[in-house]
Amino acid sequence: MKKVLFVLFTLLIVSSMLLSACGPSAEPTTAPPAETQEPSEEPVATQPPAAPEEKTVVIGFTSSLTGSQEVSSKRQVNGFLLWMNQVNEAGGITLSDGTVVKFDYKTYDDESNGERVQELYTRLISEDNADFLISPYSSGLTSAASIVAEQNGKVLITTGAADDATYKTGNTSLFQLYTPGSLYMSSTVDMLQQLDPEAKVALVYESDKFSTSVVEGIKPYLADKGFEVTLEEGYASGTTDFGPIVNKLAASGATVLLGGGHYEDGTALARTLYERQIGLKFVYLLVAPADTKFPELGDAALGIATSSQWELKATHTEEEAANLGIEWFGPTGEDFAAAYQAAYGDPPTYHVAGGYAAGLVLQKAILDADSVDPEAVKAALNAMNLMTFYGGIQFDTSEAAHGLQIAHKMVVAQWQKNDAGELVRVIIAPADVATNDPLYPVPTP
Amino acid sequence: MQQITLLLTSLPDGILLGFVYGVAAMGLTLIWGVMNVINLAHGPIIALGMFGTFFLFIRLGINPYLGLVPIAIAGLLLGVVIYFTAVHRVINAPHLSSLLATFSVNMIIIGLATAALTTSPYNVDFSLGGFKLGSATILGTRLVAALIAILVTGALYLFLYRTRPGKFIRAVTNNRAAAELMGVPSTRILALSFGLGTMLAAVSGALIATFFPFNILSGGGYELKSFVIGVLGGLGNPIGALIGGLILGVLEGIIPTFMETSWVPVIEFGLFVVILLVRPKGLFGAKK
Repeated sequence: MKKVLFVLFTLLIVSSMLLSACGPSAEPTTAPPAETQEPSEEPVATQPPAAPEEKTVVIGFTSSLTGSQEVSSKRQVNGFLLWMNQVNEAGGITLSDGTVVKFDYKTYDDESNGERVQELYTRLISEDNADFLISPYSSGLTSAASIVAEQNGKVLITTGAADDATYKTGNTSLFQLYTPGSLYMSSTVDMLQQLDPEAKVALVYESDKFSTSVVEGIKPYLADKGFEVTLEEGYASGTTDFGPIVNKLAASGATVLLGGGHYEDGTALARTLYERQIGLKFVYLLVAPADTKFPELGDAALGIATSSQWELKATHTEEEAANLGIEWFGPTGEDFAAAYQAAYGDPPTYHVAGGYAAGLVLQKAILDADSVDPEAVKAALNAMNLMTFYGGIQFDTSEAAHGLQIAHKMVVAQWQKNDAGELVRVIIAPADVATNDPLYPVPTP
Repeated sequence: MQQITLLLTSLPDGILLGFVYGVAAMGLTLIWGVMNVINLAHGPIIALGMFGTFFLFIRLGINPYLGLVPIAIAGLLLGVVIYFTAVHRVINAPHLSSLLATFSVNMIIIGLATAALTTSPYNVDFSLGGFKLGSATILGTRLVAALIAILVTGALYLFLYRTRPGKFIRAVTNNRAAAELMGVPSTRILALSFGLGTMLAAVSGALIATFFPFNILSGGGYELKSFVIGVLGGLGNPIGALIGGLILGVLEGIIPTFMETSWVPVIEFGLFVVILLVRPKGLFGAKK
């Protein structure tokens, strides 16, 4: 028996080691050190020109390698890393005094857990000496990180976090890249008013910080536009059985569903709606349909719409910036998408674009400040008004809502079938950037 | 009137789901009944059953219901391995030891599976359609899952009451020392019982995968439900577990009719506490 136990235990250990080697590291991850020129110890006959000073700026963030935010969080990190590698490979940023700034990063797995986020951001600041911070993915986790960042006066560029409330607590160090949650659904409601002003709306959403803020933001707008809300129902994070909710939705007489939350619940809700065929004309869900994995649902994905912070088909351009009279910065959307595709083999989602934009905005702020001094960078961020492929970037500088994003606009995307019968995500609103007409009402199979 | 219609619409869903919950809880309660071990690895094993369906159906194209056979066999073998590696040595130790042992197994399975499979959601795109029964929609996958759950319960009942190993299991459950004196190989019977418990967990997970998305952490919720069902039906009582599962399924079906779904776990676990206080042996009595 002892021999058998020993063999089993050995097998377990060996398989653990093999799998661990394939899996994400629990240790903090750092970028490979930037190449620096070793100072020569050999005496020289003539005095060479002084080599430019090189500074390495450490950016700290947590990512959800495990847990409910994993899918979107990993994409956000990939976007950020693409930006960092591109900047470092291009030789870094050169300031006016000749200093070359390169970037490194420290990150930990926050397990999609707010308490871990607070512990880890404290560690990033106090032990890892991160110079600047980027938020984790999701409003709930970012809210936890923002408290630590603000307490320590660290600049926190938030991406993947749309909740408005975080910016209305008298902070001075937060800078939001996403369109605030309260404005998430406004383009969709405008579109609905054009398509079907008599639509009866059900609001079914995850009872978390982000989704609740989106719904609370859209309720007065729906009332202004004269829509009747027949059902308002929150559901707990982690809900998988949407049968009872969909039954309630059917009984409410709603013709349009606006809601959802994040990836896991959004896919489960879409699947249940498809299975039960309750005759909804239009379904809009937050976050999940924006992911490239969403078509794994098959026909259940058809007609599902979502708001998107960025879409390649509606990417922002230098020409648009010129027309608006604001400064353009960074690569084109096509270049960004091609670089991401080459690096990760996947087309980028808006979560990727958000991660990349976080780095891009920090880069621009350092250039504008001509310094890596946090206070100078903060001032540059406060004064920022520019256009990137990701969209407009300008922050509210009032005391009431410091850091809230005020220039970035969203588009409405919908899964439709192309001529070959494949599911593709197309832009259906606003009209000036739409690539396709909305599928309304969504056909029943 | 609208509330009653909604109630009647949601009730079949709850009943069908309740049968599957019952099978999951039966696994937990069987292990507790036979050896007084609370198997904290129950949740991850349910999740492994879900992944079994995913890989057999998505990667190998095997029908999810045919796939139940290899999943059940793998679940049984996994349970026997877990028993001999983690449980056997602490079987006579205080409850805390076996609790920690199975918790360790729980952490090992979650750790390994997270490294290999991540915690991204997986989806088995399998449908049997559905049909209308009054205002209710009966989904084929839930109906078949409920029928399989009934078959599994019947088979377990026949095994326990009509076969020699089943009788040995009942003998060990009633009095292990006396059973050993009568020549019952108690160690093998305990291992078999643990294997049967994990087999039921894996089968319930495999059935759940046909209607809900999942990841390796998804089993945790069903493990908690299994505890509630176990207490409702009486720990150690497999038939009580099935009825407890039905009660829980019905509650999950009808509670959202009257209040927000967020209240479902509050009421479920409230009931758990009330049953523990008022009728600690469960509604249908403990071990039989």
